[in-house]
Amino acid sequence: MRETFIATTTAILEEDPRTALVLADISADSFAAAQRRHPDRVLNVGIREQLMAGVGGGLALTGMRPFLHSYAPFLIDRTYEQIKLDFAHQDVGAVLVSIGASYDAAAEGYTHQSPGDVALLDTLDGWTVHVPGHRDEVAPILRAAARHDDRVYVRLSTQENSHAHLDGGTLRVLRHGGPLVVAVGPMLDPVLEATRDLDVTVAYTHTPRPLDTAGLRAALNGDEIVVVEPYAEGTSAHLVSAALSGLPHRSLHLGVGRAEVRRYGSRHDHARAHGLDPAGLHRSIEAFLN
Amino acid sequence: MKLLSRVTADVKHSPSAHSTLDVLWVLYDRVLRITPETVDDPGRDRFFLSKGHGPAAYYAVLAAKGFFPEEWLDDMGGWDSPLGHHPDRVLVPGVEVGTGSLGHGLGIAVGAALGLRAQGYLDTRTFVLLGDAELDEGSNHEAIAYAAAIRLPITAIVIDNQSSTHGWPGGIPARFPNWGVSVVNGRDRDEIERSLRVVENRPRLVVAAL
Repeated sequence: MRETFIATTTAILEEDPRTALVLADISADSFAAAQRRHPDRVLNVGIREQLMAGVGGGLALTGMRPFLHSYAPFLIDRTYEQIKLDFAHQDVGAVLVSIGASYDAAAEGYTHQSPGDVALLDTLDGWTVHVPGHRDEVAPILRAAARHDDRVYVRLSTQENSHAHLDGGTLRVLRHGGPLVVAVGPMLDPVLEATRDLDVTVAYTHTPRPLDTAGLRAALNGDEIVVVEPYAEGTSAHLVSAALSGLPHRSLHLGVGRAEVRRYGSRHDHARAHGLDPAGLHRSIEAFLN
Repeated sequence: MKLLSRVTADVKHSPSAHSTLDVLWVLYDRVLRITPETVDDPGRDRFFLSKGHGPAAYYAVLAAKGFFPEEWLDDMGGWDSPLGHHPDRVLVPGVEVGTGSLGHGLGIAVGAALGLRAQGYLDTRTFVLLGDAELDEGSNHEAIAYAAAIRLPITAIVIDNQSSTHGWPGGIPARFPNWGVSVVNGRDRDEIERSLRVVENRPRLVVAAL
């Protein structure tokens, strides 16, 4: 997905003189050619993420469309107040594109992980959040985001599904059956594998914000719903609850646990530790439904 | 500035409010290419009040220059007033940035200057005003270093009324390496004007000492 982001953003910068890219050293080498071609619009501020966000806000105030990019913990966690005040409070937008996600950087440790990014953005107004589940979903998302001035977060991950679903901007039902299981972004393949022998409906979206609440109500089959997200568990619980208010329902929210897993290893190890591998998901979902 | 005395609600921050008055007047009366008619002109000069607290003088100057009615000054902080104890660009004509939390304006000013340059507004100038205590915020130093590294011709004005708790040993200019520097009397309007008119091929710091 990172390579697709680099290629697509390089092309967008070439085609649209309104766009700019602000970097804080991460991926700077990959954008070196774009920076040579567009020195006024490809800006590497060095290891200064607060400034990266402020510069993005300033660019947007002059009518440009800034893309900002770094590891999720530096792009979102570290700059939270800049995101709060330098964009929405100024009534401007930007496209924030992260890599690293929850635990792609497993061996780097907790400093390089951001399970809470989407929850942080949920405290603010008007952020669209895209969590592509496949590299082919990335380019259309970025191209659409370049064409307006709203606030957009694109969360890229190493983990991806075997097939792209380009229509994942709303909730798409991929398997019809009993209780609804919603898979966000790269959680689709593990969910499909985990529920192979379970009578469930499986729906997919790569755009959890705004959550497709009408689609959620339409896909609900019975009174049980399971949501599987690749970031902090329960992040979408408040929206699911609001979407289903007035309907008797039971819900299970699976995602990355709050407790720090103080181990290294690979993303597969961390998925297992958080119960987000197919075996862990199967255990949780089966126990909830029975 | 009898308009300033109309801004009655700003008791808490009144020293900081008055500290900016002469600089703000010189900017809007003599330096900035911006009028109520050109507040949306993409090529207008930009002024960012980073030190958003104590905006009484800012509001008084904007009202005096016709950006909004003087009557607005009578109810600052009121429920029906667009004028808060920290300015909001969405609510107040002429205000370029909503500030209050310290340490945001300089980074935004750097971004705006870059955006103006990328769009070919090469004669448009970008100014930002900070307080000496505001420099305590580390985010400023990210912007100070980057602006110097890329020789970005913005002008930062620091109102120095020695309000920083631990001070700035060595003086404020020492915190702005590779910036052009003027230290002026913050009450001498002619001296302020001369320093603000200097344009260099690098960022400029004007310390308005009080």
